Amino acid sequence: MSSVAVIDYGMGNLHSIAKALQHASPEVDVRVVSDKQSILAADRVVFPGVGAIRDCMHAVQAAELTEVITEVAQSKPLLGICLGMQALLSTSEENGGTDCLNLIPGKVIHFAKDMQDVEGQKLKIPHMGWNKVQQNQHSLWQDITQDSRFYFVHSYYAQPDDDAAIAATTEYPQAFTCAIAKDNVFAVQFHPEKSQTVGLQLLKNFLHWDGQS
Amino acid sequence: MSLAKRIIPCLDVDNGRVVKGVKFVDIRDAGDPVEVARRYDREGADEITFLDITATHDNRDTIVHVVEQVASEVFIPLTVGGGIRKLEDIRCMLNAGADKVGINSAAVFNPEFVKQAAEKFGSQCIVVAIDAKKVSATGESDRWEIFTHGGRKGTGIDAIEWAIKMVDYGAGEILLTSMDRDGTKIGFDLELTRTVSEAVSVPVIASGGVGKLAHLVDGVKEGKADAVLAASIFHFAEYSVQEAKEYMQAEGIEVRLT
Repeated sequence: MSSVAVIDYGMGNLHSIAKALQHASPEVDVRVVSDKQSILAADRVVFPGVGAIRDCMHAVQAAELTEVITEVAQSKPLLGICLGMQALLSTSEENGGTDCLNLIPGKVIHFAKDMQDVEGQKLKIPHMGWNKVQQNQHSLWQDITQDSRFYFVHSYYAQPDDDAAIAATTEYPQAFTCAIAKDNVFAVQFHPEKSQTVGLQLLKNFLHWDGQS
Repeated sequence: MSLAKRIIPCLDVDNGRVVKGVKFVDIRDAGDPVEVARRYDREGADEITFLDITATHDNRDTIVHVVEQVASEVFIPLTVGGGIRKLEDIRCMLNAGADKVGINSAAVFNPEFVKQAAEKFGSQCIVVAIDAKKVSATGESDRWEIFTHGGRKGTGIDAIEWAIKMVDYGAGEILLTSMDRDGTKIGFDLELTRTVSEAVSVPVIASGGVGKLAHLVDGVKEGKADAVLAASIFHFAEYSVQEAKEYMQAEGIEVRLT
């Protein structure tokens, strides 16, 4: 039986993610864990997170997880979700500038203020709700229709230095990177655990992923 | 634009049971919030909101169990409102599987609570629910005031200023209910909705007064709402969520069809 570790470092609703993973693949052993050994013992790792990036980075450091996450990012399938995606980049604009894990070179930036849609209507921040995801070729999109809608809630987004790391984009109103992929690391800005059928399919694909693109 | 306007069915829950009689033919127990939530999820609801109207504190735990059960099989965002007064209440709901909490009267009595809640849990899970009533006389320029106790008690607080303040304090979303329209089925207070939506930077959910599908369209087009919430039209199976979305799409509104 394969296993997946959901990293518990005090940031985010881990139960939702654990339940969704279990629902997506009932045969997988899903564990919500916080210690290094348990994380490294799992076949796959999910790095979730909601809230503010500085709190997130502090929590990662306080739990002494920086090295573990770095090790996982080099050795086994890793899925970053929301803030767990942003934390993988080099730096974030949030909280006056915050250093992140630098596992994917790039930065995290705020949506422009005073954005408008094509009809001139003000666009709200946070970007909240179901938006279309334009996929680039990757095995984690298997059996998910192009332009499917996933659930987002965020005010900052990742901008990787290398365009080859962009696994999907979403428009708000300009296209931004909503998924990144680099070797055995995949990360999404949206919440697959809250994106109904398509979200569960993505989780299922991750739970069967060998870490190759 | 590709972000969909959201449709959010709302369930009033008292002691763990859906309050208003539901007449769905395809579910066994129409009073079971888990079954009703499951149905709304199947129909394509974008989120589900539970309003806990349980009067006694002792029975509060029942809503937690409801959320736990729903969250273990319905994978869309869940919001719980009603009786959220302490940080501990929020922690409890989030742990049960809620994604957001609605704070209403506790915000009016202690605005700092919203600030603390947003700092602790993040703005993304803090919805400030505003119950507003028009207080301007005919001929005067429109003015709405915040009411508490189900619309019975005025507070003297201007609704628009209040919405701006709550966003400033960290609200990630505003759930705006017109107490004049609630239960009337004559449509949203569009002036109120538009005024609030244009005044704040965060998404606004329009609520109160939906009686037919055209009202949902008006809420988005004229009210500039980012999401629309309704209870009875879905509850009594007058329309399904799916029908509502198809109607909105035919009217040129971007929705998520599953």
